[in-house]
Amino acid sequence: MISLAARDIQHAWGKFVFTGVGLGLLIGVTLTMAGVYRGMVDDAKVLLNNSGADLWVVQQKTLGPYAEPSSVHDDLYRSILGMPGVASAANVTYLTMQVRQGERDVRAMVVGIVPDGPGAPAYLVAGRQITRSHYEAVADIATGFKLNQVIRIRRHDYTVVGLTRRMVSSGGDPMVFIPLRDAQEAQFLKDNDAIINERNRSAANPAFNQTGVLDAVINSQSSNPFVNAVLVQVKPGFSAEKVAEPIRRWKRFQVYTRAQMEEILVAKLIATSSKQIGMFLVILAIVSAAIVAFIIYTLTMGKIREIAVLKLIGTRNRTIAAMIMQQAVGLGVIGFVVGKVSATVWAPMFPKYVLLEPGDALRGFVAIIIICILASLLAIRAALKVDPAEAIGG
Amino acid sequence: MNTLSSYKEGRGIIIEGMRKRYGEGETAVDALKEVNMQVMPGEVVGLIGPSGSGKSTLLKALGAVIEPTAGRMTLGSEVIYDNRWLIKDLRALRRDKIGFVFQAPYLIPFLDVTDNVALLPMLAGRPNGESRQRAVELLEALDVAHRAKAMPSQLSGGEQQRVAIARALVNQPPVILADEPTAPLDSERALSVIRILNQMAEQYQTAIIVVTHDEKIIPTFKRIYHIRDGKTHEEMGEGKGFD
Repeated sequence: MISLAARDIQHAWGKFVFTGVGLGLLIGVTLTMAGVYRGMVDDAKVLLNNSGADLWVVQQKTLGPYAEPSSVHDDLYRSILGMPGVASAANVTYLTMQVRQGERDVRAMVVGIVPDGPGAPAYLVAGRQITRSHYEAVADIATGFKLNQVIRIRRHDYTVVGLTRRMVSSGGDPMVFIPLRDAQEAQFLKDNDAIINERNRSAANPAFNQTGVLDAVINSQSSNPFVNAVLVQVKPGFSAEKVAEPIRRWKRFQVYTRAQMEEILVAKLIATSSKQIGMFLVILAIVSAAIVAFIIYTLTMGKIREIAVLKLIGTRNRTIAAMIMQQAVGLGVIGFVVGKVSATVWAPMFPKYVLLEPGDALRGFVAIIIICILASLLAIRAALKVDPAEAIGG
Repeated sequence: MNTLSSYKEGRGIIIEGMRKRYGEGETAVDALKEVNMQVMPGEVVGLIGPSGSGKSTLLKALGAVIEPTAGRMTLGSEVIYDNRWLIKDLRALRRDKIGFVFQAPYLIPFLDVTDNVALLPMLAGRPNGESRQRAVELLEALDVAHRAKAMPSQLSGGEQQRVAIARALVNQPPVILADEPTAPLDSERALSVIRILNQMAEQYQTAIIVVTHDEKIIPTFKRIYHIRDGKTHEEMGEGKGFD
């Protein structure tokens, strides 16, 4: 038996292919949306992995440096270093801001790090790590910065000495690493007018304006002894949870293990975004199903007389149903191929990381085929209702 | 061996006391009141009548598309209807025992000429090769074999109708129902189609019933059934042109 569906597609291939391309672009958008979600999850995991930390020590009752503001004293790390099982500990600050380079601004997360400590970029694609105490930076290549370019963060200029990649914040902003002291200053730096005003206010306060006190107050106002978190690496053979517990108990700080931090980033921080994307996926799936149903229904309605003739000359219902269903599946296959290719081509052009996983593509393919089969049911129902008598005049 | 030579003899169709009523009670309409017909193998008869006389209803009943209300129908040597269908699979009955030729050819537009004809035996489960061979033989007999690979849209009206006749014949049915097969054709082509139907009826011993309004072909029938108010009346035709 010949394949009626294949012959029909072959006969009207132009209409079929163009329809498949249209559907494919929609499928490409759907796959890309899934890729955007995967990219967000992957960014979160990469952020944790690249920090090199096993524990995050943050302000009590906060969700840590990525999800909520956290402020801890910058000398905390010293006492943590003395806790059992701690291999290394380093301060870190995070500050999302506009970094200026020449005439352009780049949205970036500025990270204050202790060179060679936890939190520093794990690897470079060009240049070197920060070695000087001030005014050097390592930037993610997504910033578009080049080696030896000068970038401006607040009032200071920094030279880009190294480039890294896949170092982005949970929001997808590329990271720029600078020395910790510079970052602390940048985080709390006020403009000159504000500093003068603050000094005048302090001087006008009789409680501060006493010998020795006023200088101490002004000094404390112009320096920043806080960081956002202390990143801790655990000695081999120690469990992260076992090391975290005494820090929580005796130092009275919140300590997160990597699994807990991943839970915060994936389940809490991007939960709303993932629901948003989930809604998009559902809507796109419904739109795709509606389009396939409409197209197949229209194609079928255009063949009512032929279907009546086929039924009159003895074609079984299942042969007609199979013809319509095969066409719907064919449309889905064309759409999937076009969609997959499109998504693969345009994914790198997105400003944020889009991760197209083969598993998602496979699940997408199965979903498309199921949608196409379901969408063809409407047309099959209409075709099976066709009275073979319609082929006979009168 | 020529597959066409395997046609059996002793076919034809006999309709006795066929009635068809639509609706019930006061709104009931008797579309067919008393239909009696007999068409012998190799014979082509005309079925004529004014609009609303019951031609289409009779054609649908003979084509096993609608169920008559009463009567008896014998196809070949088999009684297929006796106040109820005696055949369970009417779809297979239409496929294997009844050929259809329509007013418009209604060829399947996405199949070439050969496959349009070969589709029926394929639907009956015959191998593709055998089905196509049979189709080509019929196309040769109908003088359209040179268009075997053409698509229906590439054929003239007359060629399309000949392909439709080939499709009706391909499963060697005992009867062919032709519903105004010459309506869209000019006189010359219309007479050509009737000539072909007569040749095929004789060659393959098939009974052919031609429903028509076409004045120019009515004189060609040797026997004519008039249908009026749901009743058939037989009369002898002129039988011009094919002796």
